[in-house]
Amino acid sequence: MRNTVKLLATALTLGVAIAATTPAQAEDKSIIVQSTTSTQNSGLFDHILPMFEKATGIKVNVVAVGTGQAIKNAQNCDGDVLFVHAKAAEEKFVAEGYGVKRYDVMYNDFVIVGPPADAPGVAGSNDAAGSLKKIADAKATFASRGDDSGTHKKELSLWKAAGVDVKAASVDWYRETGSGMGATLNTGVGMGAYVLTDRATWISFKNKGDFKIAVEGDKALFNQYGIMQVKPEKCPNVKAAEGQSFIDWILGAEGQNAIKSYKIDGQQLFFPNADPGEMKQAG
Amino acid sequence: MADRLAIDAAAGQAIARSTAGQLPLNVLGLTWKAGGKRLIDVISLQLGDGGVTVIMGPNGAGKSLLIRLLHGLLEPETGEITWNGERAGDGTRAQQAMVFQKPVLLRRSVSANIDFVLKLKGGADPTYRDELLARAGLADKARQPARAMSGGEQQRLAMVRALASKPQVLFLDEPTASLDPASVHMIETMIADVRKEGVKVVLVTHDAGQARRLAHDVVFLHRGRVAEHTPAASFFDNPSSSPARDYLAGKIVL
Amino acid sequence: MQDFAEAFRLAFHLVSQMDDELAAIIALSLRVSLTAVAISALIGLPLGALLATTRFRGRGGLLVLVNALMGLPPVVVGLLAYMMLSNAGPMGFLQLLYTPTAMIIAQAILITPIVTALSRQVLEDLNTEYAEQFASLSVPWATRVGALIVDARYGLLTVLLAGFGRAVAEVGAVIIVGGNIAHLTRVMTTAIALETSKGDLALALALGIVLLAIALSVNAAVMSLRLTAERTAHG
Repeated sequence: MRNTVKLLATALTLGVAIAATTPAQAEDKSIIVQSTTSTQNSGLFDHILPMFEKATGIKVNVVAVGTGQAIKNAQNCDGDVLFVHAKAAEEKFVAEGYGVKRYDVMYNDFVIVGPPADAPGVAGSNDAAGSLKKIADAKATFASRGDDSGTHKKELSLWKAAGVDVKAASVDWYRETGSGMGATLNTGVGMGAYVLTDRATWISFKNKGDFKIAVEGDKALFNQYGIMQVKPEKCPNVKAAEGQSFIDWILGAEGQNAIKSYKIDGQQLFFPNADPGEMKQAG
Repeated sequence: MADRLAIDAAAGQAIARSTAGQLPLNVLGLTWKAGGKRLIDVISLQLGDGGVTVIMGPNGAGKSLLIRLLHGLLEPETGEITWNGERAGDGTRAQQAMVFQKPVLLRRSVSANIDFVLKLKGGADPTYRDELLARAGLADKARQPARAMSGGEQQRLAMVRALASKPQVLFLDEPTASLDPASVHMIETMIADVRKEGVKVVLVTHDAGQARRLAHDVVFLHRGRVAEHTPAASFFDNPSSSPARDYLAGKIVL
Repeated sequence: MQDFAEAFRLAFHLVSQMDDELAAIIALSLRVSLTAVAISALIGLPLGALLATTRFRGRGGLLVLVNALMGLPPVVVGLLAYMMLSNAGPMGFLQLLYTPTAMIIAQAILITPIVTALSRQVLEDLNTEYAEQFASLSVPWATRVGALIVDARYGLLTVLLAGFGRAVAEVGAVIIVGGNIAHLTRVMTTAIALETSKGDLALALALGIVLLAIALSVNAAVMSLRLTAERTAHG
């Protein structure tokens, strides 16, 4: 009997001990980057972060959520650097005093993917708004992120340009998943719905089924990523020096080349476009 | 031989203790109600020192309720229970022990069941524990889980566990109901021994033969009242109340 | 759907190869959930014992509340813990957000009601059985609670396993307060969520099978511990 209690107690203390004895939760030098699912899910961070960590010894911890949530988290001071893709929202973030300064880092583009049947006949088009109008007219199912992410904001602006009121079509043929890019693609493929996605996520996505890119190449589908430091004046906990060295690195030649060198099946996923002149100013 | 000496020593202690004395017991105008029904309907009773008082009566007569009230497990509705002048309650209960019809054994080893009471009542005492186990004929089962034993063994353990606290009064609520004859015999022997040690025993039983073998006096309950309280010698041959007469004659008493 | 066969093949492959990254994720899952269980035991068992053995004003309401809290959605717990631990929250100064400690806290909040409510039930049943004997022996309250916990140990072990099961399987809370950061706060469930969102359904399912295997081994370990204890240790 006493032995049983001892065993039980041992099991309990063991649990606590395991927790207590594991190494400190974060290395001495580390930063938290609030970023988006597209950069994470595409594997970009797995490719470039080891290079940065090797060069500087600073560990980068990425929290990958939708752009809306990433900005909200950064506003709560729960991050040192914000690395997202919704330029207007990012500029607002800086203007409201949460961020130091926003820089362009890289771009890729959005594409509309869809089922091979292609009832609205949009396959091969390079006119995003026009294609969305066709999809709406045909009442072909469209799966939206519906989560206030960068991709969602972009999609809404495209519908606006197409002159379609998607709110009215909600549930009918317009479906809001309220989830991340990957989950929305899973849903879209499952229900045969068109989906707006960034190209990087699409290329690295493994559950494409028979879906193909239907619409691409429109200037309106441009997808710009920006980076900015969370303002130390607003958030005293911000690791300003470490955060700045990450920004410096990713905007500099090393970081830009690292982004350029990331490929899946020979396809480049992101195109670096930091402005070297701006960099000098910042440096 | 060593066992024998140990038991004698324990007996000596028990006798020495009983002189402090909780007895006599005085019960005056006791009632107890449940669900609007008077289950104890005015009982007055006096019990003297020593011996085995057997409480008998048909089902529902209030036997179990009465000893719970005497033991201070239940609060009287009205009336008074005093042990040598002290009201029945936490104070008097500390010098008493009770064994239930279905033994309530801890989910532990046989010896741990006794250790629990010993620790509670003063301190661990392995020597005394082993004496008690020997007395119950359970020395070889000390390390077995208590609840894996037979019904008779469990009740014997409950008996010696009750004795571990060296009580002055021992309540037994139908301790041998549904036990095999050998176990009944062992438990009756233990009761007789306990009595010799000067412990007051209050025994509830349905078994007229057992009552005849053990009783010093008999309290016969009927419908929540004392039908009669008679010395054993006259009770069995010549009960004074008609319910007791019918009961002993094997008639159904309602 | 060849994904199923693929998933099992992958799961087997993952376990047999066991690279450092997967081992670290499994270790973190166990560490976070077992610690959460230990904490919830330290809080929930005494609380359950209190509810099982005492009668006081408002006890009924408290019971309903604790029982209802068993149904707390993990994502709500995660959100609450996030709001507390965020730098904008009241406990932000602790700097715990996005650490395993934050995940432990969230899971402990999630399963403490489960441990409390279920242990209350187990202990109350035993208390009913022991009540009269303990009253006869005038056992003090603290001793009574101790004895109940010791004697109900196997039932309580099952309660703790239920808590562990809930903790190790939940994703909603840990993904919010942990952030699913690679090598820091990624556990089995958040890894599964990540692979699902990458569309790698076979790998996600394979990780799910591995998680199930972990849960099975923990349960089997506890069961064998119990059997050994029952067989050998009755001192």
